[in-house]
Amino acid sequence: MDRAFFEQLAMPLFDQLYNHACWLTGDRADAEDLVQETYAKALKGFGSFTEGTNLRAWMFRILRNAFLNSRSGLKQKTGYLEDEEVGTDESVAHEVTPEALFLASESQEAIFSALEQLPIAHREIILLCDVDEMSYKEISQVLDVPAGTVMSRLARARRNLRATLGAKEAVR
Amino acid sequence: MTTGSHDRNALAAYLDGELPADQERSLQDHLRSCPECAAEIAAQVRLRRAMKPAATRFAPGADLRRKVQGQISPKRTAGSRWLWPAAVAALAVMLLAVVWNRESTLGNQVFREVADLHVSDLASANPYDVVSSDRHTVKPWFQGKIPFAFNLPEFAGTDFTLLGGRLVYLHQQPAAQLVVGAGKHKISVLIAQDSSTLGSGLPFSGGLAVRDSFNVETWEKDGLRFYVISDAEKATVHRLAQALQGVNG
Repeated sequence: MDRAFFEQLAMPLFDQLYNHACWLTGDRADAEDLVQETYAKALKGFGSFTEGTNLRAWMFRILRNAFLNSRSGLKQKTGYLEDEEVGTDESVAHEVTPEALFLASESQEAIFSALEQLPIAHREIILLCDVDEMSYKEISQVLDVPAGTVMSRLARARRNLRATLGAKEAVR
Repeated sequence: MTTGSHDRNALAAYLDGELPADQERSLQDHLRSCPECAAEIAAQVRLRRAMKPAATRFAPGADLRRKVQGQISPKRTAGSRWLWPAAVAALAVMLLAVVWNRESTLGNQVFREVADLHVSDLASANPYDVVSSDRHTVKPWFQGKIPFAFNLPEFAGTDFTLLGGRLVYLHQQPAAQLVVGAGKHKISVLIAQDSSTLGSGLPFSGGLAVRDSFNVETWEKDGLRFYVISDAEKATVHRLAQALQGVNG
């Protein structure tokens, strides 16, 4: 296997993977472990990676699986159930008018803290889409779900973020 | 997903660049006439822009980068200077190995093609495009079909019989394949314009070699690359090669 080739392809993703790992774990030490584990696993499995396919999605997927099996990931796993079962109160999100959303977006802190409060499934998909700017197809590769699930989960996640931001705006 | 009636998800998908072209057009039309949706999309754009700094909120330290880099990069031992000459030598060997491996892979590919052409000819029900025991029929047949000319020795009175020829492609280049009988064996002669892939990349630099139990002889003369391949005896292959060398150049 060609380590130099792997290094050349995989190292440019380092900052992005680390940032994503921090958002997932909420802890820098955990994120460091996660990134190291991701690169070790990716290097080991690089033989099975097909050239020409999406390396970024592949590495994010390895990171995600490592996260879900880690201690901090297991703690947050209920966040996935929340996505499917509880959902968000649609009416609350609906009350958040574009104007209120506009105002809420003024505060960087408010946005970061709203993202942190989201259940993991929602935080993750919003980061992949809006922050890492992945296509729905890439996201479906990372999460290993069909494109339809990406769209519905993304809609729920955005509704949830909006409600969280709106609630903050209301108490300000 | 409807786009006519203030559909937030459609607006979001539009901003994601994931809306099918026809829906995108109708949504753009709708936006021009719907202030609610225009306000909504402005708010969504604003939120997205405000979220961008999340992409660089956490920056990795130099230590972690070094650690990961060390973990994945081809083994370098940092900090032990006396190892450098050894490392350089090792790298040189690796480079050589890579180059050699690449070339021999190329050569093997070409050889395999040659062997495949020979075998496919043996197995074919219609092995020749032109059937003849006479070089005066076979040689002219190739005129205009291949971008080069070659000479054939006189086979009459030898233990070789010219059975026929066909136009084949060797490494994406037109080539002449001649099939010569020698007793119960068939020998393929492949002639193509020489190129760096055919020439320098050979698994054997020229002369006679045994590959996969075939006897193969190859050489280059005046820009043409010749292969003689058969399961016939080495000496037979060599004699035919010499006869061809005698009339070409």
